[in-house]
Amino acid sequence: MRRFFPALSLRLWRVWHRNFIVFRRSFLVNFLLPMGEPILYLVAMGYGLGVFIREIDGMPYARFIGPGLVSVAMMYAAFFECTYSSFIRMIFQRTFDAIIATPVNVEEVVAGEIFWGATRAAINSLMVYLVVVLFGLGPWWLLPLVPVFGFVCGVLFASLGMIATALVPSIDFFNYPIFLFITPMFLFSGTFFPLSTLPKAVQAVSYAALPLTHVVRINRGLILGHFSPAPLGSLAWILVVGAAAFFTAIALMKRRLIK
Amino acid sequence: MTTAAQAAPLVVAEGLVKRFGELAAVDGINFSIAPGEVVGFLGPNGAGKTTTIRMLSCNSPRTGGRLDVFGLDVARHPREIKAQLGVVPQDNNYDPDLSVFENLLVYARYFGIPRRVARQRAGELLGFVHLSDKSAERVDELSGGMKRRLILARGLINTPRLLVLDEPTTGLDPQARRLIWERLRELRQRGVTIIITTHYMDEAEQICDRLLIIDNGRVIATGSPPALIAEHAGQEVLEVVPEGGASGALEAALGECRFQKLGDKFEVFASDCPEALGRIRKQARLTSYSVRRATLEDVFIRLTGRELRD
Repeated sequence: MRRFFPALSLRLWRVWHRNFIVFRRSFLVNFLLPMGEPILYLVAMGYGLGVFIREIDGMPYARFIGPGLVSVAMMYAAFFECTYSSFIRMIFQRTFDAIIATPVNVEEVVAGEIFWGATRAAINSLMVYLVVVLFGLGPWWLLPLVPVFGFVCGVLFASLGMIATALVPSIDFFNYPIFLFITPMFLFSGTFFPLSTLPKAVQAVSYAALPLTHVVRINRGLILGHFSPAPLGSLAWILVVGAAAFFTAIALMKRRLIK
Repeated sequence: MTTAAQAAPLVVAEGLVKRFGELAAVDGINFSIAPGEVVGFLGPNGAGKTTTIRMLSCNSPRTGGRLDVFGLDVARHPREIKAQLGVVPQDNNYDPDLSVFENLLVYARYFGIPRRVARQRAGELLGFVHLSDKSAERVDELSGGMKRRLILARGLINTPRLLVLDEPTTGLDPQARRLIWERLRELRQRGVTIIITTHYMDEAEQICDRLLIIDNGRVIATGSPPALIAEHAGQEVLEVVPEGGASGALEAALGECRFQKLGDKFEVFASDCPEALGRIRKQARLTSYSVRRATLEDVFIRLTGRELRD
C-alpha cells in the first residue's frame, strides 16, 4: 500500500476515530436499529410469504433468506455511510476541509471514511446475524466471523459509495447509483430467491458485475454449512474488486477536493 | 541589530502563480513575511487572497513560482508545515456532531497531540477565547461570535508559529470583533506571526503591522497602514459637492490635483496640492465642502477602483 500510495499513513485512523466518537454518542440506537429490519423481513417474508413457498433449495424459506439479510446489511451499512453521510461531512459540514488543514491529508481522510463505512458494515451485519441466530437459523459459532467478513465486504461497498460521492454534483444524484446499482443488487444477487431460477445470461451478469452476489454466495455457504471450494473464487473477486475500488475512490476524491 | 535567525523570513513567495484553466487567480505574487509580523492581505473579492492562503496552507498546488513556509517548500513538505500552522478559514467549519470541547480534542488528535496535553490545552484555549462555560454545549447552539472564537481556539490547538486567518470577523457585531482583535494582539505579543485577510479597513489599521494590497492576482501596494495612507492619499481629503452644472468649473480649478468622484461628490487628495484649497474657496457656486483625515479606505478605493467585484 505504501509503495503505491506513499501519502497514506496510520493517521487515517484518526479520521475513523472522529466518526467513532460521534457514533458512540447514540450507541444504543446505532446498535439496536440494525436489528429491527431483519426481524421485520424474517417475520413478513420468512414466515408470511414462506407459508406459500414451503421449501426453497430444500429448506424453509426463512432459513434461505437469513444469509441474504446478513449480506444486504453489509452492503447497505457501508454504501450509505460513504454516500449520504460522507457527502454531508464533505459538503455541508466542511469537515474534510477542516481535517486537511492539519497533518492529515486527503488520502487519509478518504481511507478513514472508507474504513469507518466498513466498520459500520461489520457492526450491522453482526447485529443482523444475531437475529438470525436467535431465530435458530444459523450457528452461533459464526458470530465472531461475520463482522470480520462484514468489514472486508464493507471496504468494497464503502469504496463504491465513496466513488459515487466523488462524482455526484449534488446529494440528490445518489438516487442514480441506488436505483441503477444498489436496488438491482438487493433483488438479483440471490438474496431472496436462488440465482438458478434466472436465465443463464442474467446469472452471468450477476456474477460478473454485482458484488453482492459473491457476498451472498459466501454467507450462504457458511451460515447454512454448505462448505465447498467454490466461494473461494467469490472471496478473490471481492478482494480484487475491493482493492481496485478503494484506490479509485481515493484518486477521485483527491481530484474533487484538491483544486 | 539583526541576527541571522531574525532575518530569516517565515514565508517567501516569489512569482507565485495559480491558474484555474484560463483564469490566473494569482498572477505572479511576491512577498516575504518576517517572524513576529502581523500582515494583512487586502483586496476586492476575487483578488486572489483566499487562493494565496490556500496555497500557503498546502491545500492547493501552485501552478508556478516559489512558495516556502518555515523555509520548506509547500509542495514537498506539507505535513511538516501544517504541523506548525494554525488556520482560521472563511467558513466556520467546526464539527457540528461534536461538543465545543470535543471539537478541540478531536482536532488535537489530527495533529497527533497526546490526549493529556490536548485536554489541558483545550481547557486553556477555551479560557483564552472566553468560552470556558460553553465547553459541553453543542456548537450549533453558539452565537456567531462564539463560533468564530471556537474556530480561533481550534486554530491554536497545535501552538502554531504562523496563524493564518481568512476574514476572521466578517459578519460579527462590534463587541465580538473587538474581542477577536484583542486576542490577536495578545498572540502577536507572544511572538506568533499572523497573516490575515479582511475587507474591513478599520480591522487592517487596528491590528496589522503591514498590508499587502492585492488586486487581479498581483500585489499592487505594500507598507504599514500610515505609510500607505501618506503615500497614496496624503494627510487630508477635501470633500466638495458642486452645485448643479458647476462640476466642470471645479474640475478646472482642481488642475493637477488628484481626486475621485463619488456620485456628485468630489474627493480631493488635498495634501499634495495645498493651493487647491484656496482656489476652491474662491469658487462661488460651491454648496459645501469639508476637510477630513485621509483613511485607508481612500487608499483602497484609489488603488483598486470603484467598480463592483463579484
